[in-house]
Amino acid sequence: MSEHPIALTINGQAYTGRIEGRLTLADYLRVNAGYTGVHVGCEQGVCGACTVIVDGRAVRSCLMLAVQADGSEVRTVESLAAPDGTLHPVQQAMRDNFGLQCGFCTPGILMTMAVLHDRKEPAGEDEMIAAMSGHICRCTGYQGIRRAIRQLTGSAEPAQEGAH
Amino acid sequence: MKPAPFDYVGATSIDDAVAQLASGDATVIAGGQTLMPLLALRMSMPLTVVDINRVADLRGVSVSDQGVRIGAMTRQADLLTDAALAGALPPLVTAVRHVGHHQTRNRGTIGGSLVFAEPAAEMPATAVALGATLELRSAGGTRNVAAETFYLGPYMTDIVPDELLVAVTFPAWPRHARTVFREVAQRPGDFALVGLVGAVEIEGGAIARAGLAWFGMGPTPMRARQAESALVGRAPGDIRASEIAELAIADTDPFDDVHATAEYRREVGRRVFAQALTAALAQEGQA
Ligand code: FES
Ligand code: FES
Repeated sequence: MSEHPIALTINGQAYTGRIEGRLTLADYLRVNAGYTGVHVGCEQGVCGACTVIVDGRAVRSCLMLAVQADGSEVRTVESLAAPDGTLHPVQQAMRDNFGLQCGFCTPGILMTMAVLHDRKEPAGEDEMIAAMSGHICRCTGYQGIRRAIRQLTGSAEPAQEGAH
Repeated sequence: MKPAPFDYVGATSIDDAVAQLASGDATVIAGGQTLMPLLALRMSMPLTVVDINRVADLRGVSVSDQGVRIGAMTRQADLLTDAALAGALPPLVTAVRHVGHHQTRNRGTIGGSLVFAEPAAEMPATAVALGATLELRSAGGTRNVAAETFYLGPYMTDIVPDELLVAVTFPAWPRHARTVFREVAQRPGDFALVGLVGAVEIEGGAIARAGLAWFGMGPTPMRARQAESALVGRAPGDIRASEIAELAIADTDPFDDVHATAEYRREVGRRVFAQALTAALAQEGQA
């Protein structure tokens, strides 16, 4: 079993280490780097909870080896809110629209939403909803998430009074 | 679960990757969207994992008059944003849109999907329908295999353990060829219960060439040969889609599983085929 040096950036901070080849990026982020906002639901690419942004793309971190992220820039959910606690627009939209209950799936969903929202031409409602097929949520029934997307993409009536 | 221990080797070139494969019990990792779950479940426990992600020669799309050559390591997401490919081979781009999810297409590669040979997957059937050739490299040299003969059974192909898929080459289809595509799945991103992909070329008022294949309708991609021959030479206006669909179904070999019975797949297949063919023939002179 081989060991490998890696150097990468996580949420703007430089990290270096020596890791086993078999270590997944999800486990590296959680265990070695302490970003426990990366949730591991299935460890086999089905649920999407572990989604992070690697070099500008939303990917499942359980389906990537940590050594493959050598030289990459990784963003986890911990990077979304501003240091003063101001929520990122995707977080605010999820909060306004009751887009989460237990919150287990939420970090992954937020990272997919963030990458599509923050790109030069933000995704519209259809594209963002299509990208949600890569996430499983066992609580919400998805309607709150859909409303959040509609609010975010400007195709929506704002959250109803008393929806919280 | 966590993968069992293995040696990880980052290949630096095609030759390097092929040399690593020749040295023993090794598996290639490309996008990892299939291999990583197999490693995590310990259904696959190789001694060595050879990573081809940093081999630049395995990436990229080149379009010429002869056709389209795509490096095996080209990510599915990158096929969706390639303007030259969108013009040259619309049926492929349409099919890629149905592979997995946004997040898995960001890592998943065309080559990985081709060699995994999931019977209900889009890429193998697209390669068969459009007449693609797979370029396999080993320490002993290069071997070109027609997609149509490459698939032997579910998850079984003609590739041997020390070979690496380097590229897939599609013959040229005219820009005005019509896309045939339909997929029926329980949810978007799921493997297909029934899928059909291909192209139809119309020249001087008659069908000059048709390439059609099913996915999810047998142990391998199933080429609809009888339907193809029946189409060639006919004017679109003279075609009864339901008759051609019957011929197309005759070239399938669907199975019962927890998702659907074989009979259900055939029945859905008949309708899907007729609808997709009718829609393709009605397209306005382009893709
Ligand atoms: S933990 Fe990665 S997809 Fe479920
Ligand atoms: S909020 Fe509980 S799984 Fe989505």
